[in-house]
Amino acid sequence: MNDTRVLDTSTGIPNGKLGMWVFLASEVMLFGGFISSYVILRTGSPYFSIPPREMLGVPLATLNTFVLITSSVTMVLALDAVQKGSVKGLVRYLSATLFLAFCFLGIKAYEYHHKWLEGITLTSGLFGSFYYTLTALHALHVIGGIVFISYLLAMALKGRYDSREHARVEYAGLYWHFVDLVWVVLFPIFYLL
Amino acid sequence: MTAAVHREESFIGKWIFSRDHKVIGLQYMFTSLVFLLIGFSLILLIRWQLAYPGRPIPFIGDLLPDSLAPGGIMMPDFYNSLGAMHGTIMIFLGIVPLGVGAFGNYFLPLQIGAKDMAFPTLNMSSYWVYFVGGVLMLSSFVLPGGAARAGWTSYVPLSVISSGQTTWLLAMTFLITSSLLGAINFIVTTLNLRAPGLTWSRLPLFAWAQFVTGLILLFAFPVLQAGAVLQLLDRVAQTSFYMPQGLIISGELSQRGGGGNALLWQHLFWFLAHPEVYVLLLPPMGIVAEILANGTRKPIFGYKEVAGSFCFIAVLSFMVWAHHMFVSGLKTSLSYLFMTTTMTISIPSIAILTCFLLSLKDASIRFTVPMLFSLAFLPMFGIGGLTGLPLGFTPTDVYLHDTYYVIGHFHYVVVTGTLIALFGGIYYWFPKMFGRSMNMFWGKVHFWGTIVLMNLIFFPMFIQGLAGVQRRLYDPTVQLHNLTVQPTNVLMSYASWGLLLFQVPFIVNFFWSIFKGARSEENPWQATTLEWACPSPPLPHVNFEKVPTVHRGPYEYSVPGREADFWPQNEEN
Repeated sequence: MNDTRVLDTSTGIPNGKLGMWVFLASEVMLFGGFISSYVILRTGSPYFSIPPREMLGVPLATLNTFVLITSSVTMVLALDAVQKGSVKGLVRYLSATLFLAFCFLGIKAYEYHHKWLEGITLTSGLFGSFYYTLTALHALHVIGGIVFISYLLAMALKGRYDSREHARVEYAGLYWHFVDLVWVVLFPIFYLL
Repeated sequence: MTAAVHREESFIGKWIFSRDHKVIGLQYMFTSLVFLLIGFSLILLIRWQLAYPGRPIPFIGDLLPDSLAPGGIMMPDFYNSLGAMHGTIMIFLGIVPLGVGAFGNYFLPLQIGAKDMAFPTLNMSSYWVYFVGGVLMLSSFVLPGGAARAGWTSYVPLSVISSGQTTWLLAMTFLITSSLLGAINFIVTTLNLRAPGLTWSRLPLFAWAQFVTGLILLFAFPVLQAGAVLQLLDRVAQTSFYMPQGLIISGELSQRGGGGNALLWQHLFWFLAHPEVYVLLLPPMGIVAEILANGTRKPIFGYKEVAGSFCFIAVLSFMVWAHHMFVSGLKTSLSYLFMTTTMTISIPSIAILTCFLLSLKDASIRFTVPMLFSLAFLPMFGIGGLTGLPLGFTPTDVYLHDTYYVIGHFHYVVVTGTLIALFGGIYYWFPKMFGRSMNMFWGKVHFWGTIVLMNLIFFPMFIQGLAGVQRRLYDPTVQLHNLTVQPTNVLMSYASWGLLLFQVPFIVNFFWSIFKGARSEENPWQATTLEWACPSPPLPHVNFEKVPTVHRGPYEYSVPGREADFWPQNEEN
């Protein structure tokens, strides 16, 4: 079924894959809008104050970045496994990705709690406002990814995917790498610079 | 595998939650026409206040609650709500859903020879998300806090502190989501589902326009979404993204943290809203191209130039937004940049118009009703476009910016331009959609009444603007210099009420023809593009009896040596 669908399209790329790329293009603009607002106010507003680096908890955020990048690796391994026909490998690596995604959210929640107690809140200043808005938007995307990957896991356990039918694993991978990439941009602009 | 399965569908599956692009297109059409009528009615109330400020509104005034219009006299807050909601409804709920949602959904798959959109379920959700957003937007009139009153542009800080804006922002989120789903569908459909032989250089201009519009929507709307989220947080979470330091509201110092920048909203908003102008404009241009080629029985002059201009406009439309902000204290160096890009974007627009005008040369024109609307589009859009040039230069814009001149310019583009072309599209494609044609006599009555009255409404706006009448003014008679042109306000108001009257023949004709109109054959206009190669109305879910193969370009009219003066794209020889 998958093969005939590929031949049917004018570009040769399946609709779902093309649709995912187009969707991600709009996501770039969404995050682009937020990030440029942040950059403009941070460089342009005389009232923009950046909290001292000790308050930001850079080591923990670095660990979190590492967790998310690792989850991208397991996602690739999941696709590789199913392409080679190993459903067992697919289940294993999807579970690993989910586990890492929950780790990321857990660490993030701990960070939020800590920052809030230290006085960096949504209304404590422009930095806090942008920090919570952007990281929460990113966390929402992580949650979206968790829903998508859980669905894949459930379908994989039912034996829906094999070496020929695995397009959705690839689409979820595209999305997940994008979410990862967004964090790779957010991490330096909030913690390091 | 799925296409072969034919099931009897229930009424709900067929007409309410349908995945068929044709039904979704019709749903968009009916809904957007209703919203157009509602948005139009709102401005008719404003027209009374402008012609006879402070006098009770006849008939309707008694029906309005005392909080909005005590004794039938319109309150300033209500006036502001009407203005904001008129703009919002007309643009986001009326014109765009009609031009893109209705015509795009129905005719893009047909013109490219596809069975349906690439993602039928997404397509269905796109309509229902739009519907919910529209109902929410409209219901804000009766919700606590009332309707938004900070203008359709929702400038901060006014929008952050005035009531009703939260509903506006939530409704906009629905509309943005809807157009995002639609845009993904349009882009993937055009890229992926073209019939065999339908190369890019054989794609009809309407399909080109819809594709490019999809790209504009895809890249422009998310930025407004970002801006809207920040505005929502400023309202409900007391952040200060847009709220400057030391802001004084009603004589009291604001207790917020401050430090934000009010102009940031204008940048984010116009980054969407200028490309949005081309979302309003490109689909009608595509429609005009189809009708002109058909009515002149000639190929469109400069097909490649028109398609190229569409793409050029799409790219440039993202680089001109700050020309809406010349009076906001923009740096001079930035003004120069945006003046230059603005003048540059007028080049492809004029190129398209010139190609359309040259298409008329030596043609034996068939003056059908759709053709009348398309012919009217050319000079009307011309006036709209040319009156925009003084607004692109800072020296003239500073004088004209906050006057009725801007309103006149904008309405010439969007009403006598876009809306007129969309009307033409309805008359042109009606036989395909319903298998019957509309009454042509009443179509002509509708055309002449509409075009004359629209000009009587919008042309005096230029005169008022040059005389210095400010826009957004609740009572024009409070400024002495406005009194000289106040009689034009009365003329414009009567013309606007007459315009409502002249929509009656259209509405009656439309519904009467759906059920009782003369039966129409497959290709009543003797047209060449693929949508005329399937039955009228097209078959549910599959459209074509057999997937068409395309052999030539879209506008092969009057080919020398052939007996018939049209050569359909799918005919072998």
